[in-house]
Amino acid sequence: MGTSSDTGTSSGIGATSAPLDGKADQRLSEVHSPSSRVAVFPDDAPLKLESGQLLAPLTIAYQTYGRLNADKSNAILVCHALTGDQYVADVHPVTGKPGWWQALVGAGKPVDTDRFFVICPNILGGCMGSTGPASPNPKTGKPYGLDFPVITIGDMVDAQVRLIDHLGIDVLFSVIGGSMGGMQVLEWAARHKDRVATAIPIATAPWHTAQNIAFHEVGRQAVMADPEWRGGAYSEVGVVPKNGLAVARMAAHITYLSEKALQGKFGRNLQNRATRSFSFDADFKIESYLRHQGSTFVDRFDANSYLYITRAMDYFDLEGAHGGKLANAFTGTQTQFCVVSFTSDWLYPTRDSKAIVKALNAVAANVSFVEIESDKGHDAFLLDEPEFHATVRGFLTAAMAKRGLSLGEEQG
Amino acid sequence: MQKAVPFSGLVRADHALIAEMVTPRSRVLDVGCADGALLHLLAETKDVDARGVELSREKVNLCVTRGLSVIQGDADRDLADYPDQAFDFAILSLTIQATRDPKTVLENLLRIGRHAIVSFPNFGHWRIRAQLLFSGRMPMTPNLPEPWYTTADAHLCTIKDFVDLVALVDAEVEDAVAFNAKGQRLPIKRSLSLQNLLGEKAVFKLRRKT
Repeated sequence: MGTSSDTGTSSGIGATSAPLDGKADQRLSEVHSPSSRVAVFPDDAPLKLESGQLLAPLTIAYQTYGRLNADKSNAILVCHALTGDQYVADVHPVTGKPGWWQALVGAGKPVDTDRFFVICPNILGGCMGSTGPASPNPKTGKPYGLDFPVITIGDMVDAQVRLIDHLGIDVLFSVIGGSMGGMQVLEWAARHKDRVATAIPIATAPWHTAQNIAFHEVGRQAVMADPEWRGGAYSEVGVVPKNGLAVARMAAHITYLSEKALQGKFGRNLQNRATRSFSFDADFKIESYLRHQGSTFVDRFDANSYLYITRAMDYFDLEGAHGGKLANAFTGTQTQFCVVSFTSDWLYPTRDSKAIVKALNAVAANVSFVEIESDKGHDAFLLDEPEFHATVRGFLTAAMAKRGLSLGEEQG
Repeated sequence: MQKAVPFSGLVRADHALIAEMVTPRSRVLDVGCADGALLHLLAETKDVDARGVELSREKVNLCVTRGLSVIQGDADRDLADYPDQAFDFAILSLTIQATRDPKTVLENLLRIGRHAIVSFPNFGHWRIRAQLLFSGRMPMTPNLPEPWYTTADAHLCTIKDFVDLVALVDAEVEDAVAFNAKGQRLPIKRSLSLQNLLGEKAVFKLRRKT
């Protein structure tokens, strides 16, 4: 590992962009100088990517919560999903909204920051301060755009390993994540068996199915069909492919919900009108809702990041990467797993979680598996689901007791 | 406020008998572990590495929140996923009679565990025989409380039937205990016929013949 520096903010902006509106300025400022902590890994320690390309310099923006104990045994890594970020339990600097997993992470919460040191990095390829397609390309000084190398979930994990090394942590007490975060959890458990004491992959899958890839392709094509995308070089001219990215988000958002939840919440209800308008306005509440989801998303997310991260998810196939046998990914594991799925999640349905459990059983791994009853679809993992939260709390508490872990106490 | 206690102090009679058969610090899989009471008992008193499989979602969640390693699954479908000899003991407690294919389940238990421990209600008990004889209807007892049309116990057997199945799957009996309703062991050690007549439940410890 090369030398790395840890500063309050990263180095200055790499490329100047034409002024956009206020929100976009704020978003770009988070790309270049995030509000969170950052770790910068310089040119002499490039990250070797799965594609074979080298990436340097590497910046990882991250948040931490709680206190690392003396023997550094109480660290929990939280891995975020596709459009998540490091602000897991505090206010988002662009949207001003509460942390995305504040229901689960915080003082007295199931992932208790009074007991654990929680680390949440923005993923490689993200747009909230970690190196990604919006970051300056050292060769040109301009944003990478499509010159950014295609990355994988494994690459994201390798970048996180740099951060964990940098923080001087040898073994993570737990690695937790939902959806794409869960894929990172699985990669961590597969690649770094001796560094992961417990792992909680939630609402996730060991591979991307044809349907998963199909939805992502729709989203990418929507972005790339927007003339403002400009071959990925939109930020050089100070524009954003807003319409394309919004459509991508709208399509994806449907996959995060369930038919029952949609019907229950929106039904055929009309939006602020008594009758149909006989136009293509957002007559229906659901249309209005999706448009809102699309337009707020473009304020906080980079279109190229969306392309790169969805690609990384599509490339994810833990079974294919281990000779066509998923169990091989976990051979010899000592990690204690808690796999969680939700009944109404059709994006990463229970059968995907069961495939993980089956593979773990095949290597006699220590695994718990719970399917949570919920009608909220894939998004359930982000929401207030008491049974799910009780499971995480119980699992972590028992694992703590098993490992004799308590704050300020030397581990035996 | 009352302190949350995960399990009551009462230990089920068949659990106590099973616990006697389990070696300390061994690896145990309890198939059909319900609320995890047996796993908890074994973890507490025998310091075993305890794992469970349970069909009911609510019970699985309960087990996990109690810190037990339990997965949702069922004996008929999910045992095939476990590798050979992954556990020292594969336990099936009062569940075999409710499986679809008891023979395959038993074979899987003997494959997964170096030892299998199986407990079941004995359909050969005199009270059951008497009910069938005198009433001419399917027996209902405290052990078999459901009428025939709702019970999950589709594959009830007697102690003698079970002994036959053990021979059929090429296993041998290492230990066998029949006990009465109070959970007391029956003093008759030798006679299979008497155990079959007087035992309300039985616990068998088995292993594959080598």
